[in-house]
Amino acid sequence: MDDPTAPRQLPDPPAPAPLPPQTTGLVYRHGLATRIWHWINAVTIFVMIGSGIGILNAHPRLYWGQYGANFDHAWLDLRPYGSILRSGWLTIPAGYNLAISRRWHLLFALVLAFGLLAFMIASLINRHFQRDLRVRAKEVGPRHLWADLLAHLRFDFHNPDNPAAYNTLQKLAYVATIFVLIPLMIFTGLAMSPGMDAAWPWLIELFGGRQSARSIHFLAASGIVLFVVVHLTLVILAGPINEVWSMITGRWRLPAPREPDPAPSPLPEPEPAE
Amino acid sequence: MTLLTRRTLVTGGALGAGLLLSGCDRLAQQPAFRRILFSGETINMGLQRALMDRNALAPEFTAEQMSPVFRTNGNSNPNTPDYNRHVAENFANWRLDVGGLVDRPLRLSLTDIGAFPQRAQITRHDCVEGWSAIGKWQGPMLGNVLKAAGVRNSARYVVFTCADLWSSAPYYESIDMVDAFHPQTILAWAMNDKRVSVGHGAPIRLRVERHLGYKNAKYVMRIDAVASLAGIGLGKGGYWEDHVNYDWYAGI
Repeated sequence: MDDPTAPRQLPDPPAPAPLPPQTTGLVYRHGLATRIWHWINAVTIFVMIGSGIGILNAHPRLYWGQYGANFDHAWLDLRPYGSILRSGWLTIPAGYNLAISRRWHLLFALVLAFGLLAFMIASLINRHFQRDLRVRAKEVGPRHLWADLLAHLRFDFHNPDNPAAYNTLQKLAYVATIFVLIPLMIFTGLAMSPGMDAAWPWLIELFGGRQSARSIHFLAASGIVLFVVVHLTLVILAGPINEVWSMITGRWRLPAPREPDPAPSPLPEPEPAE
Repeated sequence: MTLLTRRTLVTGGALGAGLLLSGCDRLAQQPAFRRILFSGETINMGLQRALMDRNALAPEFTAEQMSPVFRTNGNSNPNTPDYNRHVAENFANWRLDVGGLVDRPLRLSLTDIGAFPQRAQITRHDCVEGWSAIGKWQGPMLGNVLKAAGVRNSARYVVFTCADLWSSAPYYESIDMVDAFHPQTILAWAMNDKRVSVGHGAPIRLRVERHLGYKNAKYVMRIDAVASLAGIGLGKGGYWEDHVNYDWYAGI
């Protein structure tokens, strides 16, 4: 794995001061805007998924293009999974009720959309995006991603030099969710509204038709479900009490220093200078 | 120990999610929360009306983009003695009543309706269930019919009463004056270049293209201009609105 001809693989920045790395105590990790948005979204995403499945159950077939109904070709037909998709523990409301599912979905859609907008503005102002979510070019190189993946598989989520920083896969997951998946949900959702199609005709063209928008809405929602599952799993693996508490108070307890480890270090060791 | 904690957490989380979901249903029964839940319609309508030009048109399509099969939905035949007689007579003695807050109530035959300036449009019909079908519709603009009847300034809504009965009450729908005078709002007597079939709402189907399918009432028998929706049906402006809480504003 070590390649002496690749000089730019070193993890940086170098430690700014010769202070010993802080290994215990609390660090301020999550800004107020992040914490507020996180908990509003925890409720909102939960409602959107439950009510969204309720709406999907009204016509569980998906099409590409401008039109699509029972006599047209569906690229995905979920009717065989109807008994699962109609389970009371999965949908809002528990019993099939398209009107009430839509009431939940279209009210919380406003919370999701305007919440994202407010969070984006706040995170540009408090520099959360620039400081914590900016993905550097060297982080997405295959070597670095591979090392990060191996570290995840060892349940080793923190860079010992800067334990509070997000690791690369974590950053990519957040960036994909905040800048791709949730905006896709919002805009494909708007594109399904006949009123919005009159107000913003370009929107439906962008997605190639209302049924395409509906299919993309479903795919992006599946991506968000995947994010939530991985997110909750990793919260549990990383220490749920510390993680949840830090998302309430903002303060996160640094992990205990690791015992000397026979396993190789997660990142390639720096080559000696000269 | 750690594993046990994790397992407990996962189980607890799943149980919590289940409790939250049933909590949602109990919450939605509370009148105060229900008002909040149902306020989404008002907010969405306000936002859409603010973003959209009063006469902004729903997308129109070409003949090649039309659905090969336009499915029917809801009631596909009123099947009442009166309606069946009209079908047997090919609607020769059928009349559309236009009344309410108008200066000159009208009784229009299909010939009268065909004598108004006609508008033909190929539009997408979006069912609230999620499917869409593209078809061609033709008929006079509702706005011109209302003008011919001398609709009064006091009218705020137009109510459509239909031939099909739902638990012995006629289907009805309503729209406000913004949609009533929208250029694509027509009383369609032709669909895909033929007379509207019984399945699709013969002899007249309302097309209100910036709204979902249930707003596009079939089998229209009466049109009334009214000042308020109170006292009509259960007062929420339409059969589905009254009985299962569909949004009156169906642009979303």
